[in-house]
Amino acid sequence: MTGKQKKMLFRILAAAVMMTVLRFVPVKGYGLFGLYLIPYLVIGYDILRKAFLGIVHGEIFDENFLMAVATVGAMLLGLYNVSQGEEGEFAEGVAVMLFYQIGELFQAVAVGKSRRNITALMDIRPDYANLEREDGRLEQVDPDDVETGSVIVVRPGEKVPIDGVVVEGASSLNTSALTGESVPRDVCSGQEIVSGCVNLTGMLKIRTTREFGESTVSKILDLVENSSMKKARAENFITKFARYYTPAVCYGALALAVLPTVGNLILGNPANWSTWVIRALTFLVISCPCALVISIPLSFFGGIGGASGCGILVKGSNYLEALSQAKYVVFDKTGTLTRGVFQVAGVYPSPEWASQIAAEDAAPAAETGAVAEDDVIGAATAAGLAERKLLEYAACAESYSTHPISKSLKEAYGREIAPERITGVEEIGGHGVTALVDGVPVAAGNDKLMKKLGIACEEVREAGTVVHLAVNGRYSGYLLIADVVKEQAAEAIRALKASGVKKTVMLTGDSRGVAEHVAGLLGLDEVKSELLPADKVEAVEKLLKEKSAKEKLVFVGDGINDAPVLSRADIGVAMGALGSDAAIEAADIVLMDDDPYKLALAMQISRKCMRIVYENILFALGVKGVCLALGAAGIANMWMAIFADVGVMVLAVLNAVRCLRVKTGRKAG
Amino acid sequence: MKKTYKIEVDCANCALKMEETAKKVEGVQDATVSFMTQKMKVDFSEGADENSVMQAVRKACKKVESDCEIYLEN
Repeated sequence: MTGKQKKMLFRILAAAVMMTVLRFVPVKGYGLFGLYLIPYLVIGYDILRKAFLGIVHGEIFDENFLMAVATVGAMLLGLYNVSQGEEGEFAEGVAVMLFYQIGELFQAVAVGKSRRNITALMDIRPDYANLEREDGRLEQVDPDDVETGSVIVVRPGEKVPIDGVVVEGASSLNTSALTGESVPRDVCSGQEIVSGCVNLTGMLKIRTTREFGESTVSKILDLVENSSMKKARAENFITKFARYYTPAVCYGALALAVLPTVGNLILGNPANWSTWVIRALTFLVISCPCALVISIPLSFFGGIGGASGCGILVKGSNYLEALSQAKYVVFDKTGTLTRGVFQVAGVYPSPEWASQIAAEDAAPAAETGAVAEDDVIGAATAAGLAERKLLEYAACAESYSTHPISKSLKEAYGREIAPERITGVEEIGGHGVTALVDGVPVAAGNDKLMKKLGIACEEVREAGTVVHLAVNGRYSGYLLIADVVKEQAAEAIRALKASGVKKTVMLTGDSRGVAEHVAGLLGLDEVKSELLPADKVEAVEKLLKEKSAKEKLVFVGDGINDAPVLSRADIGVAMGALGSDAAIEAADIVLMDDDPYKLALAMQISRKCMRIVYENILFALGVKGVCLALGAAGIANMWMAIFADVGVMVLAVLNAVRCLRVKTGRKAG
Repeated sequence: MKKTYKIEVDCANCALKMEETAKKVEGVQDATVSFMTQKMKVDFSEGADENSVMQAVRKACKKVESDCEIYLEN
């Protein structure tokens, strides 16, 4: 409890004690009013003050005003009765104020507590960094004060405060705060590590590569903290609702106090106005919009908090809301459904080129006088030579590209490539590259590239990505590269279908054969293959046009090269984003690790969250509506009114906190 | 020019009121208040002096919600 709350508790206790004592004080009439005024002011002075200030500043319709009018009205009614020579009832007004304050206190404590719970869950902020000074001393400093390039030490059990490269030591890291993944990750000297992980076993020395403010942990914190700034439609609805609701209720109460009495007077009945004023006041007490206004943002915040605990970063309540209406899910293939780890599965030089290479190889041999005696062996080595040569050309030409395919080529080649051998690199998006390798023009890419260059190429029917090669303007063969489908991908698609996704689509720049093979394996509804980056945007736009406005389209990519599509889709999801700033920035929802099942989990979270939000809206409005009707009819008294108000609010808050809990259990298989 | 300020506010409705108020202050293009994180994000209009604008925002917010506080120093 904060100091403010403690003071409030003290005031509540004091007022409660005074009220109990006053029950046994044998004073009547105006004296009793004077005595009851003491606990009333003790418990309610700040409300009265705020209500007064509100009126002065022209902000009349808020809950302070409601409470002030209701309680002052009740007190005045008692005074009126006394002046008529009857017994005055003052306890009610004080009690209403007392219960209102108890409710407010409870709300402040409950909300404060759940707020802290949620923020604690997301708190991956490191408190300090162990900076190594030049003389080898360690000093504990604020992570903010560590300059890029400094060496810091992370002991077992400590958080990695700043992104960097390990310079000494080996250890395993717990990345669960970032990814939700519980399997530790092993790191050793030379590897890059990101901040926010917890060092588990050995001591690590790290050379920082960024400032704290630019580090992963800061970026993520920033993102999550700002997420509640992007408000969902449900939240905006409540804001608007509250704006009209309070004045409406006030006028309603006024009408309730005035109209029946005036009607009675006209009809010649006794005016009976004290009854109607009491009903109007009860009406006012019931009407506080607190439960709604507090529980909706809290639900969203809980949902976002729960998701981030699983390594799913949601950038705003609006995206969480939209995700629950996702009906179309469009996947990028590489790196999203497949691992993006390519392996060269085969090297196939064209026969003509192979013989040309063999001839070139044989020529210098012939000059030295050696005779190719055994033709069979000569042909075999010539084929091996051509394969090696083809792979070398491909690896060199693609050596500047960061595409996973290029990486696999380089890996298969296995030797260092001197960068000065390659000049004039030109990447043609969706086609391939052309470059000069040792001064020889080489083109490496798909059949579209070959067509573009006017070179006839073989048609390959095998599943896998085919890289055709043209050396010196002549077709020289192809390499077959195969990708591995992620093991969780099929399960993810099933889970998405089960949670109401109408259509799953895969977009890829890959050849049709590969795309259909993967889609068949995973059970996707539609495949669009051989797309250029621009075609992907077009395909998504076409889908956007087909669907109705209520159905949302999700695009899931790995964040590399698909920023335009990510921003075009209703919800852009980037995957495997740990350490990739571009992906974190472009996407609306970020999956920190590369498990596609997390998307299904995110959908579950969003649907649960939205269910709770609607439950709260309906429940709070329903109970209020019923109580308002009962109050107006005179069935509910002011005590019931207070309990209705506080009770609804407490239940709504407790319900909202459920959003935080996420069931991660997935079905086996 | 966007900046985030720490605030202290007791109830969600009050946070809403602060947001509405801050938006109306001259020199403020847009403002969002998050009750959950107790933060106010202000997007200043071009050429506005953030210090004096924030003073005005703080004053205006105090007017509608006397209990609130905006910390101008980060």
